[in-house]
Amino acid sequence: MNGFWREVQKRSLASAAVLVGLVMAPGPVTGQEPTNQPMDQARLANLVIQDCGSCHGMTLRGGLGPPLRPEDLGDLPVEAIAAIIREGVPDTAMPPWKPLLSPEEIHWISQQLKSGSLVSP
Amino acid sequence: MKPVTQRPGILLLAVLLTIGLSGCQMLPGSADAGKAPRAEIMGTGDLGLIVERATGSLLVINTTRHEVLGRIEGLGDLSHASVVYSRDARYGYVFGRDGGLTKVDLLTRSIVERIIQSGNSIGGAISQDGHYVAVSNYEPGGVKVFDSESLDLVMDIPASYTNSEGKTVQSKTVGLVDAPGNRFVFSLFDADQIWSLDMAASAPSVRKFDAGEAPYDALITPDGRHYIAGLFGEDGLSMLDLWNPDQGVTEILPGYGRNEQKLPVYKMPHLEGWAIADGRAFFPAVGHHQVLVANMDDWSLVDRIPVQGQPVFVMASPDNRQIWVSFAHPKNDVVQVIDSQTWEIIRTLEPGKAVLHMEFTPRGEEVWVSARDSNRVTVYNTRTLEPVTTLDAKKPSGIFFTSRAHALGL
Repeated sequence: MNGFWREVQKRSLASAAVLVGLVMAPGPVTGQEPTNQPMDQARLANLVIQDCGSCHGMTLRGGLGPPLRPEDLGDLPVEAIAAIIREGVPDTAMPPWKPLLSPEEIHWISQQLKSGSLVSP
Repeated sequence: MKPVTQRPGILLLAVLLTIGLSGCQMLPGSADAGKAPRAEIMGTGDLGLIVERATGSLLVINTTRHEVLGRIEGLGDLSHASVVYSRDARYGYVFGRDGGLTKVDLLTRSIVERIIQSGNSIGGAISQDGHYVAVSNYEPGGVKVFDSESLDLVMDIPASYTNSEGKTVQSKTVGLVDAPGNRFVFSLFDADQIWSLDMAASAPSVRKFDAGEAPYDALITPDGRHYIAGLFGEDGLSMLDLWNPDQGVTEILPGYGRNEQKLPVYKMPHLEGWAIADGRAFFPAVGHHQVLVANMDDWSLVDRIPVQGQPVFVMASPDNRQIWVSFAHPKNDVVQVIDSQTWEIIRTLEPGKAVLHMEFTPRGEEVWVSARDSNRVTVYNTRTLEPVTTLDAKKPSGIFFTSRAHALGL
């Protein structure tokens, strides 16, 4: 195989690895089972408004942390939001939530933030 | 002579006189929209305010009677709110998350004055002489000072600094307290500085001090001498001795978390002046399940008391015999009580779900504890540590009693 295609193959493999890595994002096994139990959406909504709201404001207009309303999140994809919630932001006050929330719960929260369903206009 | 009941004119006069003389007692006490009711004659020394964080409202309560006297509505976003009191303990100044500054009258249970003074605010203070109310703002970053009578703007101090990219920007301000000499002292979260504002000077006089990394809140000791800022960016606290300001800021308890894994912090601790007991200062450790004990003679770390979660509030009772600790999410359904002599945990209490705040009655025989997700406030006897009663409240957070009117730094 000549050098050009070897490079393409290398880059394709690298991209695939990154994609697989993102999809199967590592996190410790939490107590939550991916589940026979339905997610408690009311509890999660309360968590976002009250506990995330401690830093981001109860109406998500910001505080110690930045605002999180749909207009503030802009083009940020749901997966990127989920990654921030899961891993936190090093050297800032944003902690990783993966010890407390399952991947499903984080994904649901990210979708709600993107759609603005948890805040009144 | 006909009996009164057969003389309608006299009967009517009697009825009218009865109503007229009984006056206010027949009228409901709570404020009607747009109309301030007449103030009932009562002392304010045993009154207080409880913030209802989701509905922009306050409960006015009486600590002697364990009663809710009424609700004041219309205070905007109170999702992080704090209160200071006027010198006469009649008015509360409420600092709201949305930059709202509201002056409320505890006797008429109504809003006297309200302004929106910034985009996002975290707290405030009232000056030693009671003339000025200062607010600590996140957006725009800085401190604004208002006349406590009228809420007219007196001074605007942007928290400007040069960031790592060489740009002049404004920092979020935190830990604003009043200090002796009619000063305000506060910290700059983004700039790693502590500033002191002198209100007694004829022109605004600000003195700036370098401090540790990311001060997130601060307290002033009850004697008004030591301003202590907790740091988020490093293990340690920044201390400014206001009796010796030329010495600058000293780092105390450096490296208190050394050799220990720091845990993710889901809620910032909060520092209040009631952290001092028996010659020791008790501080929340950031990212650890510990209360730190410092010797106030030399500020050395004397001990770390293991507790069941990451502390948010560490408060000494007025008699300094007990230290009460509340916690951050997720382990925030309990409160722990520590004996200040032995440093042992003497009780773990369960006031409800999501305990947010605690407030001691002025002489400390009881303490009121809010549980946000249980929609209640529990009153405990501090001698027996048993609950005395509970009060219903909608998503209660901060509890503030009027005795703060007569304490430095609160």
